[in-house]
Amino acid sequence: MIAAGEPAPDFTLRDQDGEEVSLADFRGRRVLLVFYPFDFSPVCSDQLSLYHEVKPEIEEKGVTVLGVSVDSPYAHKAFQEKLGIDTTLLADFEPKGAVSRAYGSYVDAAGMSNRTLVLIGADGAVEWAYESPTPGEFPGANVIFDALAS
Amino acid sequence: MPPIGPDDHGRGEGEGLIVYADLGCPHCAAAWAELVARPGRVVFRHFPVAGKHARSPALHAAAEAAGRQGRFFEMVDSLYADRGHVDDPHLWERGERLGLDLERFERDRRSEQVAARVRRDFESGIRAGVTGTPATFGLGGGA
Repeated sequence: MIAAGEPAPDFTLRDQDGEEVSLADFRGRRVLLVFYPFDFSPVCSDQLSLYHEVKPEIEEKGVTVLGVSVDSPYAHKAFQEKLGIDTTLLADFEPKGAVSRAYGSYVDAAGMSNRTLVLIGADGAVEWAYESPTPGEFPGANVIFDALAS
Repeated sequence: MPPIGPDDHGRGEGEGLIVYADLGCPHCAAAWAELVARPGRVVFRHFPVAGKHARSPALHAAAEAAGRQGRFFEMVDSLYADRGHVDDPHLWERGERLGLDLERFERDRRSEQVAARVRRDFESGIRAGVTGTPATFGLGGGA
């Protein structure tokens, strides 16, 4: 997993609408990358649903939330609609998991992103990173707020 | 997590248990029957997650509005006992059966005050690290 203080690797990925999104687009603003294993999986559904509930509070702190998984833009769109969320979901689809790997958040044996949170500062450096003990559980939003407050 | 306070929704006496629950959640409905059957005090805190259960915010607002007329737990029991009828007309029927002033119920459940009260519980659950429902905590704070 990438560590605090390291420069955040830049990337360009397509979102749920097929639009290209680059990390560089957010320079000058903090970004929270939420790497997660799969659209529609039970734990990921719970995680994205819960984070959506607190997204306004996170954004009030000047932070943009971006979800990242190896799913395609089409899957992301359907997942977003199913959950009724508006969090931007980025497709780390081809080459599969390349961005997740760059952030040290890829599980080769499972072919998926790990459940990792990465907070990137306005200067483009990693401020904080957190990986769930297992992909089967997700960090509560309190973990995010604690990181934002520190 | 805030300790149990005078404006928490509590039922029963004795040693306390706090449960963060979602009124749209089937696991919570199953757990609720067991929780209220146990001896001791149970404190209910709102934890609606719309992405999981689209009607949850409306159900929590209805329970809180019923609570403004002293019928909070009656509404909670009703909603968990029958999870198949949760549209607005069903909420009005439930309110009528509980003897609520329906005009006030309707006004309250759509009010900012009720929404803020529900949100207060939800945010305290977030701070406590709740990630799923039901989540129970003893008086000592352990989940």
